[in-house]
Amino acid sequence: MTDLLRIEGISKSYPGVKANDDVSFTIGAGRIHALLGENGAGKSTLVKMIYGLVRPDNGRMEMRGAPYQPSEPRAARGMGVAMVFQHFSLFNALSVAENVALGMDNPPAMRDLARRIREVSEGYGLPLDPTRIVGDLSAGERQRIEILRCLLQDPKLLIMDEPTSVLTPQEVMILFGTLRQLAAEGTSILYISHKLEEIRSLCGDATILRHGKVVGSCNPRATSARAMAELMVGATLRAPARGASTPGKAALEVSDLTLPATHPFGTTLRGINMTVRQGEVFGIGGVAGNGQDELLLALSGEVRSAAGAVRVLGKPVGDRDVNSRRRAGLVTAPEERLGHAAVPEMSLTENALLSGAVRKGLARRGFIDWNAAQGWAAEIIAAFDVRTRGTATPAGALSGGNLQKFVIGREILQKPAVIIVNQPTWGVDAAAAAFIRQALLDLAAEGAAVVVISQDIDEILEIADSFAALNEGRLSPPRPVAGLTLDQIGLMLGGAHGTQPAEPDALHSAHLASEQEDPHVPT
Amino acid sequence: MTLGGIDIVMLIASMMVAATPILLAATGEMVAEKSGVLNLGVEGMMIMGAIGGFAAAVATGSPVIGFLAAAVAGAVMALLFAFLTLRLLSNQVATGLALTLFGLGLSALLGQGMQGIKPPATMKLPFGPLTDLPVLGPIVFGHDWVVYLSLALVMAVRWFLRHARGGLILRAVGENPEAAHALGYPVVRVRMMALAFGGALAGLGGAYLSLVRVPQWTEGMTAGAGWIALAIVVFASWKAERVLLGAYLFGGITVLQLRLQAAGVAIPVQILSAAPYLITILVLVVMSARGGRAALAAPAALGRPFHATR
Amino acid sequence: MFRLEKRPEPSRLWTWGTPVLAVVATMIVGGLLFAAMGKDPLLAIRAIFWDPLFGPNASYFRPQLLVKAGPLILIAIGLSFGFRAAIWNIGAEGQYIIGALAGAGVALAAYPAENPLIFPAMVVAGALGGFLWGLIPALLRVRFGTNEILVSLMLVYVAENILSYMAHGPMKNPQGYGFPGSRNLQQYPSAHNAEVIAGTGLHWGVLTALAAVVLGYVLLNRHLFGFQIRVAGQAPRAARFAGINPNRLAALCLGGSGALAGLAGIFEVSGPGGQITDAFNVGYGFTAIIVAFLGRLHPFGILLAGLLMALTYIGGETAQLVVGLPAAAIQAFQGMLLFFLLAFDLLTHYRIRRRRITA
Repeated sequence: MTDLLRIEGISKSYPGVKANDDVSFTIGAGRIHALLGENGAGKSTLVKMIYGLVRPDNGRMEMRGAPYQPSEPRAARGMGVAMVFQHFSLFNALSVAENVALGMDNPPAMRDLARRIREVSEGYGLPLDPTRIVGDLSAGERQRIEILRCLLQDPKLLIMDEPTSVLTPQEVMILFGTLRQLAAEGTSILYISHKLEEIRSLCGDATILRHGKVVGSCNPRATSARAMAELMVGATLRAPARGASTPGKAALEVSDLTLPATHPFGTTLRGINMTVRQGEVFGIGGVAGNGQDELLLALSGEVRSAAGAVRVLGKPVGDRDVNSRRRAGLVTAPEERLGHAAVPEMSLTENALLSGAVRKGLARRGFIDWNAAQGWAAEIIAAFDVRTRGTATPAGALSGGNLQKFVIGREILQKPAVIIVNQPTWGVDAAAAAFIRQALLDLAAEGAAVVVISQDIDEILEIADSFAALNEGRLSPPRPVAGLTLDQIGLMLGGAHGTQPAEPDALHSAHLASEQEDPHVPT
Repeated sequence: MTLGGIDIVMLIASMMVAATPILLAATGEMVAEKSGVLNLGVEGMMIMGAIGGFAAAVATGSPVIGFLAAAVAGAVMALLFAFLTLRLLSNQVATGLALTLFGLGLSALLGQGMQGIKPPATMKLPFGPLTDLPVLGPIVFGHDWVVYLSLALVMAVRWFLRHARGGLILRAVGENPEAAHALGYPVVRVRMMALAFGGALAGLGGAYLSLVRVPQWTEGMTAGAGWIALAIVVFASWKAERVLLGAYLFGGITVLQLRLQAAGVAIPVQILSAAPYLITILVLVVMSARGGRAALAAPAALGRPFHATR
Repeated sequence: MFRLEKRPEPSRLWTWGTPVLAVVATMIVGGLLFAAMGKDPLLAIRAIFWDPLFGPNASYFRPQLLVKAGPLILIAIGLSFGFRAAIWNIGAEGQYIIGALAGAGVALAAYPAENPLIFPAMVVAGALGGFLWGLIPALLRVRFGTNEILVSLMLVYVAENILSYMAHGPMKNPQGYGFPGSRNLQQYPSAHNAEVIAGTGLHWGVLTALAAVVLGYVLLNRHLFGFQIRVAGQAPRAARFAGINPNRLAALCLGGSGALAGLAGIFEVSGPGGQITDAFNVGYGFTAIIVAFLGRLHPFGILLAGLLMALTYIGGETAQLVVGLPAAAIQAFQGMLLFFLLAFDLLTHYRIRRRRITA
């Protein structure tokens, strides 16, 4: 095996954090190499150094035996390194071809480029229309643009940062096919993920990072997912415990909720129906951008609908504002912590007031009781083990996991009848994630209706009683989680709402075929 | 050809002259906004161009040098804005206002003793006998070189934004600076250049006021032209050819109300003078009310600060 | 090379240090500018900042300080609320004019009747006039999404034309020998906004400005409204999450700041100004923008900044007398001050560190 890229003793520090500490490993030519680690383990910093976006403090890199020190991405690309970002570096208002051209150093004339896009994309099973505006495309199609950008440069090393987080299981299979084809043609792939099963099925080598250090390397095909997980997390994991729940009466009823998209590239909600009972955990899965944000806004009251479309404990609240719904017992925790669920520049006391003023009686005749607000913030901090200097700390200074505990705790401690959370553990370390899931289960055990919107299917399977999938603004009928297979879930996520589970394999392949022909028509 | 005592040919010809300052300023501002920066200091840059160009032209006797100086003055002002907003990360709205207030004050200071001076005349292009053609003569062949320059600039900007690689990068930076940065494009440098270009054009527009249209120096002589240029960019949905349309429409309204005043129409002078501003508001309302797809034309990152962190 | 590093929370020291630094820098650069114009810079700075308070004619200038600071503070308090919420009313000058016109209209309609209710009615009309004029950009923003910056600014020019029309037409003094301009309200006892304490410059407008400072402080720090304003400005999505209605907020901020500007207008025209003329407005509405920022959008800061700006206005006059500094210099001076403030503001939110050079 010849080495393509050798990394030796790379370190990089940011104020207060050692993002990478003496990292060494080697990527072989034509190999698919996994870089595995939790959020915050230093994976992103490492690949940014390989791609020339960040310069290492110490250490050296070698490409095919020669020193490799890219000063900027252009230099990295010149050496045959290409990267597909986790958050796409795409331009919504520009066309596919323009986006591809921006990712190339010497793009051909637009007409030639459009032709090559068609050729190459079809050659790798990733069809794309070069004239379409990117903002109108699905997440999977947008990722194709990123990949195509790289392929047109004929890369020697392709870096993929968490590529599957936005894909349906079927799209993941197409992507893996493409990647295997590339590796067979001699391209090395550095594949960053924390999803162990994916890595076991795709990658031939793996390097595991924890707290910026290499803690191990292995052949993922020969290593159990559990062993890798424990290396990654550095502790043994415990599944959340849940008490026996007996669903009570309907706490949240959504009937025929239809809302047009509020912004140009948003999703329209179409005829959503669901009922969540007291004590039930209702999981809503789906690939990003299929209406999760819109659904949360419609339920929280940030966007209003017909009165009867949303009912809390039988009371119609669809036309009521956010605080009326809080009064009625419905609270929410949006996905975006900074800027939506919390104001980064404001103290924890002020952030506690943000959603707690109504149910906790923190204001009288409009005048704020700051002492009570501070006490309320302190209560959240204590009950949810939020690590912070005190209530005066700005929310933006907290780590992701601590802020998420604060945000979720703020809603849970209001003793709501209904709570809706979107991506409750996104970007949170494993310990905090387990804590949050347990808190949601405990709340359900006390009789609240809990709705968990998540793109992490494992999370939903772990804590939910029922599962429904969002696809292009439509919600599938719910199915009990018990006995649900991954294949069935994949079909639900892909928009197949059919209830005939008789021959999942046949359906599966039929779906794949149609997906390839025309990705825009839900089957 | 006359209508209600107003010569239509002369009206169109003078409309083009009246529109040129705003056309120049709006074209420049559009380029700056395409890069994602909202510079509300157009008025300040214009008036600095007006006094800079005026002073240079009077001192050298050359209007060409005057216009060059005006472009430099406008660009320097824009770079001041660029330094504050892009390097020191100040609030774009507040900094734009500061640029306008500062420009108005500084120009008044620099213009001490310049009142009442007549600047050297700006050359008309020698089209020879073509100038004497009926109708076409005054409208197409009767102007000074700056009018043609402004039209050429609009066309050049249109081509640049649509077809040039640099234009694509400019639009990308205004659309998603984080992504452009991730791809390795120098976001701040692109924005600096776009702002400087916008400032230079605003300066030219200001000088056109003080050297051609009025032509003399008076304090605060831009009288809101910079703000109207900003409104025209919105009206134009950030498209060069529509900036041209908007500026000429606006020029037409300005000239028409002046002609009506001169013709002694029985409408209070003040209502006529307020008309261009009222119509600008109306146009803004109509454009924003269309919403939806029209809003897409605005660069997505317009007005948002960008700081490359890691 | 230097590198910027965002502070987790704004530095308290620099929040209040930057205005001071900005004033000092403006004095230095302004002094250099004056020197370049052939004026003695020290003398000019002294004439601007010292003479009005402690110079030979201080007894004349000191009352002027309150007269000039009153409207600036009143308007800036209103603007500061909107600016905090990222609602940009830059048309206070127009709202000031319309407030003055509305209030003066009441007085001129009542003339020559004498009644203690006339002045209060004028004040209410002035506030209402400014409120309604400020509500125009608010309604257009809420209803159509029209940019309030441009609309409020355009409305200044419209208001100026209305002012001119009124001064030459309906409000022209019939006994004014054909000169444009209304009756002088100072000579109409029921309408005159006289000094509360003679010789101090303290008229009802100044008292209202002081009340606005206190009220502003309470609203901002103790009331949900102030909290909502701050949330809306810092994180608009979080504001919606907190149940804040952005439309209501826009209407309150634009209308409210319009009302305060209108109040400033009516107190000015019925007091120090005296009459509606073409040249009634002198740019308080624009200078108040500087005052609001210089005062860090904080009521007490605005109080100090308003006094400082008033000082530069008066100092400009003394500098004209003492060193022959042109009137326009002060405007440039004020603009420069805002520039320096915005530039130094970096220190409030960022740390500057040396970039380590690595091989």
